[in-house]
Amino acid sequence: MVPFLQDNVIYRGVYCWLGGNEGNAQWCGGDGLLPGGYEWVAYFVAGLTIMLILVNGALLGAAVFVWAERRLLARFQARRGPNRWGPWGILQPIADLVKLLIKEDIIPTAADRIAFTLVPIIMLMSLLLSLAVLPFARNTYLANLNIGVLYIVAVSSMTTIAIFMAGWASANKFAMFGAMRGVTMLISYEIPLILSLVGVVLIAGSMSLVSVVEAQYLPFILVQPLGALVFMLGISAELNRTPFDILEAESEIVAGYHTEYSGIKFALIQAAEMAGVLAASGFLATLFLGGWSGPFLSTQLGALWFLMKLSFFVFLFIWIRATFPRLRIDQIMAFAWKFLLPLAMINFLATAVQVYFFGFYHGDVPGEITRNEQWVMAAINVPLAVASIVAFGHFAREGIRVPAVRLESIVPIPRVAEVD
Amino acid sequence: MPIRTEPVTINIGPQHPSTHGVLRLRVTFDGEVIVDVEPIFGYLHRGSEKLAEERNYVQVLTLTDRLDYVASMTNNQAYCLAVEKLMGVEVPERAQYLRVMTAELQRMASHLVAAGFLLQDLGALATPLMYCFRFREKILDLFEMLCGARITVSYMRPGGVFADAPEDFWPALDRLMGEAPELLGELEQLLMENEIVLVRTKNVGVLPLDTAIAYSISGPVLRASGLPWDWRKADPYDVYDRMQFDIPIGDRGDNYDRFRVRIEEVKQSMRIVSQCIEQMPPGPIRTELPFVLRPPAGAEAYGRVEAPKGELGFYMVSDGSIAPYRCKIRSPSLINLTVLKELLVGWKLADMIVTLGSIDINMGEVDR
Repeated sequence: MVPFLQDNVIYRGVYCWLGGNEGNAQWCGGDGLLPGGYEWVAYFVAGLTIMLILVNGALLGAAVFVWAERRLLARFQARRGPNRWGPWGILQPIADLVKLLIKEDIIPTAADRIAFTLVPIIMLMSLLLSLAVLPFARNTYLANLNIGVLYIVAVSSMTTIAIFMAGWASANKFAMFGAMRGVTMLISYEIPLILSLVGVVLIAGSMSLVSVVEAQYLPFILVQPLGALVFMLGISAELNRTPFDILEAESEIVAGYHTEYSGIKFALIQAAEMAGVLAASGFLATLFLGGWSGPFLSTQLGALWFLMKLSFFVFLFIWIRATFPRLRIDQIMAFAWKFLLPLAMINFLATAVQVYFFGFYHGDVPGEITRNEQWVMAAINVPLAVASIVAFGHFAREGIRVPAVRLESIVPIPRVAEVD
Repeated sequence: MPIRTEPVTINIGPQHPSTHGVLRLRVTFDGEVIVDVEPIFGYLHRGSEKLAEERNYVQVLTLTDRLDYVASMTNNQAYCLAVEKLMGVEVPERAQYLRVMTAELQRMASHLVAAGFLLQDLGALATPLMYCFRFREKILDLFEMLCGARITVSYMRPGGVFADAPEDFWPALDRLMGEAPELLGELEQLLMENEIVLVRTKNVGVLPLDTAIAYSISGPVLRASGLPWDWRKADPYDVYDRMQFDIPIGDRGDNYDRFRVRIEEVKQSMRIVSQCIEQMPPGPIRTELPFVLRPPAGAEAYGRVEAPKGELGFYMVSDGSIAPYRCKIRSPSLINLTVLKELLVGWKLADMIVTLGSIDINMGEVDR
């Protein structure tokens, strides 16, 4: 029995209904349906149940997100968007899926078959794994890991490997371009992303997402404005959203790393990307906007609060996608190293000093930051954020701007005639 | 351990989302940096020049629509000017005004397409493109009222225009001119000050003026490099000599200047259209010509206009029969495209697409 799963309401319900207090599980009210010695069936069924709910929930969320994005983008672009299949076109994702399912699933002859096939699985898997620690409402999560934040970062980094596998295995130059860009970019953006989360962990005193939600007397977007900004920008780079979507820049490299994918594999990659936006919005809502806690009835309406906050960030992502053009790869790298990394550093240092001071002040363990102290931190950090964004925004702009001369560091290629 | 690297050659096109048609580019990259570009044309070759030798002078007009299908009015105009010179006919004043007016509307539509696709190539997911197309759509609606067609209009004829504007055309045009500044303003607001557009386009793909002249570049690309050269001013045809307008020029010749010059030209075109509406004289719209034209044998004529993409010229030779002996088309897209290698080598893959978009080629015109 893995201890952390006991906290899950559904798991506990199913397990107790079937297994009861048999074996070493002593936390159920009474006996279950199954006779003694069969509690492994209860483990199995209970685990499968929550997995089924989580996977289907995530994929259904992705489908709804696809519809919402297409409708909203259409509105931004003065169009109507899908409106034929179902009311307001809400069944459009199903039509898309059916279309993709009946398409031929092509694997190029030159492709590395195993790696090529594994890519959609790894992409979707890393996403679904990262959802496991997300608290959707009070006491509603798959697992309350005490290393939750670290776990998210670790698991979501697997996408990078999947992208490189896709580029390598496809045996396509466009895919390779996309993969190379992806690896370059994603590795750079991991660093500010992780640094931006350190502040949250310092204040909450724990890496568990449940504790982070409970520690937010104020939404951390006020206490950690720089952290929230860096995380938001970093995660949009991790998700390949505009203005960082150079991995699959359709006007440059066709479809980037998934150029060769078709049929259900393409659908899975898309589902992973779309659900990735949902997951990222969920993490943003949890880490910086108080998760399921709300101004009132957060015990009963926790899921609703969470959904509202998640929808806010989802809308923000769609809005950005509809508005901004794409940056070039060197500009994106400059943005990460010259803008996001210094901001994340400033945030980290300021938070560390504040947390140390408050811990010293009331002689407690660091992490027990009270509501008033969070107000003080917000009062310090918000002006600090504005000042550092202005300062480093200027430097970053100078760094990103193209010099008036073209690059001269080009290796001359010997022509075939000269080689012979 | 040193890593062995080698340049990689990629065929971009003929089927590629951002080559604006079936242009094929054989590009050699060193990482992301371009070291060699070789444009390969001919995937849309339809033999328009040869087809013109098989048709009579009015039928050839429909071929000109299909050259630069984003700006068919100006193609019509260049062809009609050439044939009129060949025949030595005068065009009635009202027809000249109608021609100038429709040509300027077409210039607006074409520049909007260019600006929209340039921003699409920058990666702005279709939003600016849709803004541009919303504006262009209204212009195309006006063309539909004029002649029943939206893209391949065939509105002009040797000796005048096909038909006078219907009654409800003028209020519709007034409505468009009323809302045009707002539509254009929205687009400018969305993009001209956008930091990402600025860093992506400023100082990228710089075309020095001497290179531009050496390559015989014309149109907005030349003007963006800093030369105020416009056939509407340099050699006014139709009634352009009565029109008040400025020639916008750029100061660096980069992608941003080419983009900005087009937006400014849309504003100048709006000025010209309003002047046309004010000055529009009554009268006939076409000189009565025989149904089948027979220019004198041995006559030669060159008709040129300032098309949205540059100098568009038709060189016509007659042998006295009902079909032209030779019809040479000087297409601006083809000649502007030849400078591509000068512009691209040393820049990155992402810049290549944007620079190509900023030259604003049209494959129908490149391959003819």
